[in-house]
Amino acid sequence: MTGLTVSADALTKVFRDADLGDLRAVDGLSLSIRQGELTALVGPDGAGKTTLMRMFAGLMTPDEGSLRVLGIDVARHPQRVQDRISYMPQRFGLYEDLSVQENLDLYADLHGVPISEREDRFARMLEMTDMARFTDRPAGKLSSGMKQKLGLACTLVRSPDLLLLDEPSVGVDPLSRRDLWKIVQQLVDDEGLSVVVSTSYMDEAERCAQVFVMHKGRVLADGPPGSLREKAGGLTFTAETPAGTPARDLQARLIDRPDLVIDAVPQGGNVRFIRQPGADEPRMGDLLDGIETSARPEELEDAFMMLLRQQEDEAPASLAATRPAEVATPSKDGKPVIAVRDLVRKFGDFTAVASTSFDVGRGEIFGLLGPNGAGKTTTFRMLCGLLPATSGHLEVAGRDLRTARAQARARIGYVAQKFALYGNLTVRENLQFFGSAYGLGRRALRDRIAAMIEQFDLDPEAKSGLLPGGYKQRLAMATGLLHQPEILFLDEPTSGIDPLARRAFWRTITALAKGGVTIIITTHFMEEAEYCDRIAIQDAGEMLAIGTPREVRDMAGTAGARDMNSAFIAIVESARAERGRRAAA
Amino acid sequence: MSRSAARARLVALIRKETRQMLRDRSNLFVGLALPVVLILLFGYGLSFDVTDARVAVVMEDSSAATVNAVAGLVGSDYLNPVWTRSMVEAEQMIRAGEADAILRVPADFTRNLAAGGGQLQLILNGVDSGTAQAIEGYANSAISNALLHLSDRQADTAAQSASVSVVQRTWFNEAGDSTWFFVPGLIALVMTLIGAFLTSLLIAREWERGTLESLFVTPARPTEMVLAKLAPYVVIGMIDLVMCLLAAKFLFGVPMRGSLWIIILSSMLYLMVSLALGLVISGLTRNQFAASQMALLASFMPAMMLSGFVFDLRNVPVAIQVVSNLLPATHFMGLIKTLFMAGDYWPQILRANATLALYATVLVLIARRTLAKKLD
Repeated sequence: MTGLTVSADALTKVFRDADLGDLRAVDGLSLSIRQGELTALVGPDGAGKTTLMRMFAGLMTPDEGSLRVLGIDVARHPQRVQDRISYMPQRFGLYEDLSVQENLDLYADLHGVPISEREDRFARMLEMTDMARFTDRPAGKLSSGMKQKLGLACTLVRSPDLLLLDEPSVGVDPLSRRDLWKIVQQLVDDEGLSVVVSTSYMDEAERCAQVFVMHKGRVLADGPPGSLREKAGGLTFTAETPAGTPARDLQARLIDRPDLVIDAVPQGGNVRFIRQPGADEPRMGDLLDGIETSARPEELEDAFMMLLRQQEDEAPASLAATRPAEVATPSKDGKPVIAVRDLVRKFGDFTAVASTSFDVGRGEIFGLLGPNGAGKTTTFRMLCGLLPATSGHLEVAGRDLRTARAQARARIGYVAQKFALYGNLTVRENLQFFGSAYGLGRRALRDRIAAMIEQFDLDPEAKSGLLPGGYKQRLAMATGLLHQPEILFLDEPTSGIDPLARRAFWRTITALAKGGVTIIITTHFMEEAEYCDRIAIQDAGEMLAIGTPREVRDMAGTAGARDMNSAFIAIVESARAERGRRAAA
Repeated sequence: MSRSAARARLVALIRKETRQMLRDRSNLFVGLALPVVLILLFGYGLSFDVTDARVAVVMEDSSAATVNAVAGLVGSDYLNPVWTRSMVEAEQMIRAGEADAILRVPADFTRNLAAGGGQLQLILNGVDSGTAQAIEGYANSAISNALLHLSDRQADTAAQSASVSVVQRTWFNEAGDSTWFFVPGLIALVMTLIGAFLTSLLIAREWERGTLESLFVTPARPTEMVLAKLAPYVVIGMIDLVMCLLAAKFLFGVPMRGSLWIIILSSMLYLMVSLALGLVISGLTRNQFAASQMALLASFMPAMMLSGFVFDLRNVPVAIQVVSNLLPATHFMGLIKTLFMAGDYWPQILRANATLALYATVLVLIARRTLAKKLD
């Protein structure tokens, strides 16, 4: 009895690729994970978390080093390990043509769960996932949050000796995310389950007994959240935003000075930031220029950002890469760029969007938030002219979308959620293709491509499909901005991107908005709502709240005082309770 | 304990595969409706037979003997004589596509016949060589039959019976009916179809949808996954086989001279080969589109073109013969045709079935390896 569920020693996994050269995904990594605890693996994109998880699960064979899972040499006896663990991959493979119950039955059969135990277990799983109503529904017809919960339920049809969860909350809305964690936490408490979870959410890592911070296939730091937090001790502050200016202006000012500030993000109308440990006092004073600051307790996120920035220092700073863009001459009539009145969209007798009205002004950043399946994507597609509205009035860039869809489209840029560019073309070829598709002339095209390549610091000859995630995102943005649109639509642009890339991305967005581009964005990261001028929260097709981040937080009452995540959950839940009461009456 | 656990897993996987198969309507169409379409198409629609071919008859000699000789054409199902006045008119009919052949009875026919050497001229339109050959055969046999009757009646004239030189007899496919030749081959084609179009998608689909990663980290073994994927399609294949056999017997009246159980057993063996080949293609490509393209090119097309289904393999170049002999379809095609038309010929039954069994075993093992529970 070692009390260890996983022990790795000098573990290495190399992916050989003729085009990219060797990639050391896991590089001489050693760690020990204790039994009966929640353990988190955190780290940016490409840190090697998924590869490590797959080695734990016996799906990949290490090139060097030793790995014992549950005391078994997993490289030699993968099946013996697989008989005893449960593993939920990032994209859990539900059989979409099978119903919820059939998926559960299949995994229960495969794991040999005795019939006598099933009834209790299923009932409990269905209750915890709140899916008892949907047992006959095909898994393919569930929302993505529901799918993820069903995936977890299938993984947990029996109590495994070790549970591996690979980024269970990517692309999942705050409510489903909270439900997922409730299930895991309950099983840890009730059954003493050993769990290893990889995540990019620091609030999830805070819940764990042990945290490993990974970077480039190695462990940067490890320990309980408390001891990791201390690394940022004494460096964490909140700066008060001067009245009448958006928090993101102050945030931009701070984050543009990496010599003094490690990290800055808008929160609750103010800006939380981390000072560089050796920051020069007078220059810091100049930067803050009379702005009130107060110390705040350090969080795991702060320590994580510090660790990452220290690594980043060797690499070129990604923030400086993007500069404000010049934009098409804004018309100065002060009219809203987007006007939506009583917008309705029905699919058959299902109402995806119910009577929605709002305006968006020029240069505004407008955030569309909501749980999975709330109608965000439908609204979004109608605004872009990709989907006709069932009824209502919709004006984009001064054009009625019902009558002049093509003209309106020429003035908007669109960045899809998935990478929608041609992977086997180079960066330049992609830009050329999309530029000519937008009808740019030869000369204009050349100038715009040069400008985009410079603005986003892209390598024009690189194969698009082989770019790292953050750069793919930049290329997608560059393509969306080629024809100098007045409005840019971004559909969950930051899902699955690591925190550093997200900061850089938002710096670009705020710069664009300053240049006069109107930004419409959807996101699952509630703290990102703080960058927006105004946000709208949708659920079940209805607009629940609309206003500045501060107004929306106020609407949520005491819950909203903490952060946007709690405000969001409170607003959606109270609206759902209200609907439930109405339905009951 | 562990054996019953394995059985429970296998049952669970088979149930899953069956449900998935039944819920995808296009699967059922390809698996059950398409074979029916093929049976009807090959049984009724496509045929190398010539019926009612128009033969322009030019009578330059109209004695009783010539009328008797040509009368043989009238009674034929396959030929339709059109009486013309002159050779010029007959040639025009050929050019205009109104006639497929000319039968010319020369002016000296009766005289020469009496001398023991009657000659008729048959001119064929060689644009379609297959049709031309068929008409030649029909005309020859129709006329010699008529002349045979003639000589029977005039038994005293020994010289006349000597002039009848061709006695045709076709073995195994006595009627020379191409349905007889197509329908057994159709069994091979339908069995190939299920593998090429259905099982070739199964593993690729699971790779694409990411379901394998979850399935791998369960106690399920690769062998169980392969067997479960084969099981529902074996049932589909059996239904198709029964449909083919019933159609052969009752719809087209194809003789079944070999033992029924050997036909069924050999067909099932070939079905296994075909299904396993589909799975191997699926597991190696890991992409549904690539898999279906591969299956079409590597399995279905060769089974149609190179197995002896349409073209006689003895007439193709050696290189293609070598390729054909590598195809399991060729071995089965030869066997099933012999079984239907000629009967049980044990050396061929044993050799072909041994070859098919070897293919099936190797392919199932390869399919199992493609599900080896590794992502790297």
